[in-house]
Amino acid sequence: MHRVLMLFVLLVMPVAATAVSEVYPFDSSADQERFRTLMSELRCPKCQNQNIFDSNAPIAKDMRDEVYRMLQDGATDQEVKNALVSRFGEFVLYKPEFSQRTVLLWVTPLIAVLGGVLIVIGVILRSRQREDDTAPLSEEERRKAERILSGDDNSPR
Amino acid sequence: MRRVLLFIPVALAVALGIVLFAGIGKDPNRLESALIGKPVPAFELADLQNPDAVHHDNVFKGQVSLLNVWGTWCPACRDEHGDLVRLANVEGVRIIGLNYKDNRDAALQWLDRLGNPYALSLFDPQGKLGFDLGVYGAPETYVIDAEGIVRYRHVGVVNERVWLDVLQPLLQQYGGQG
Repeated sequence: MHRVLMLFVLLVMPVAATAVSEVYPFDSSADQERFRTLMSELRCPKCQNQNIFDSNAPIAKDMRDEVYRMLQDGATDQEVKNALVSRFGEFVLYKPEFSQRTVLLWVTPLIAVLGGVLIVIGVILRSRQREDDTAPLSEEERRKAERILSGDDNSPR
Repeated sequence: MRRVLLFIPVALAVALGIVLFAGIGKDPNRLESALIGKPVPAFELADLQNPDAVHHDNVFKGQVSLLNVWGTWCPACRDEHGDLVRLANVEGVRIIGLNYKDNRDAALQWLDRLGNPYALSLFDPQGKLGFDLGVYGAPETYVIDAEGIVRYRHVGVVNERVWLDVLQPLLQQYGGQG
């Protein structure tokens, strides 16, 4: 009896896990996918480290409902985002738009990478230059070195 | 020249320190409203006391007002209610109430018991205007100028300190009394 019960529980469990999306039925799976993507990209203003899909705050539910309603009305992803940004501010976008205010945010990684590349180039160029500097020994130095190596060096050290 | 380059990491660390230090003590839960400088969203809501009367966004025209978003389910609203009553009665501030996602009977009872600071009470059980305003947690208090433009949003309890430091100067700036 217990085994049968356990089997039943195991069978039902995965169904329960996907129940959230069933509250918002879509005609096409493409729309369903858009809805999921949008919800994971929009940030809940109340519980700030969750997207509106994960959050169970009332405001996140309102936002889910609004996204759903707009998608059903045929809105584009951009229109949905704009509608929520106009109410809650840029804050709700996990991926902020590229604008004058966010230039630094987007460009900093590029600057960092370029800076790194410049430093590496500098280091390589400098080490090349040093190799050029180390010219072979002059004739006199070579004779001196041979003397030292052969052991009959009697010049003052 | 080489020696100057050695100071670059130190300079970067100091700059980063300043940036991070500036963030200490800032409450990340206080977001600036997206509606600052924009008109109050259009709405059509019933009066709280009188279900047959309907209000529109023109209630904000002609006079500087505070718009206070509250609900009987919100403990912090209970906390600030006494201060709102004082602002309305003593300072003569025009406060418009937005009863947000609440039950009409409970709200009326609350106003009976604790006093009614609101010149006008809007009833928004679905939270429609609240959503358009970007309300993410009651209580929130908005400063709205005589043209119906949102000028400021305060998230959290309005108390004596908030009134003196923030709201009163703003009301004076936008030409209200108090």
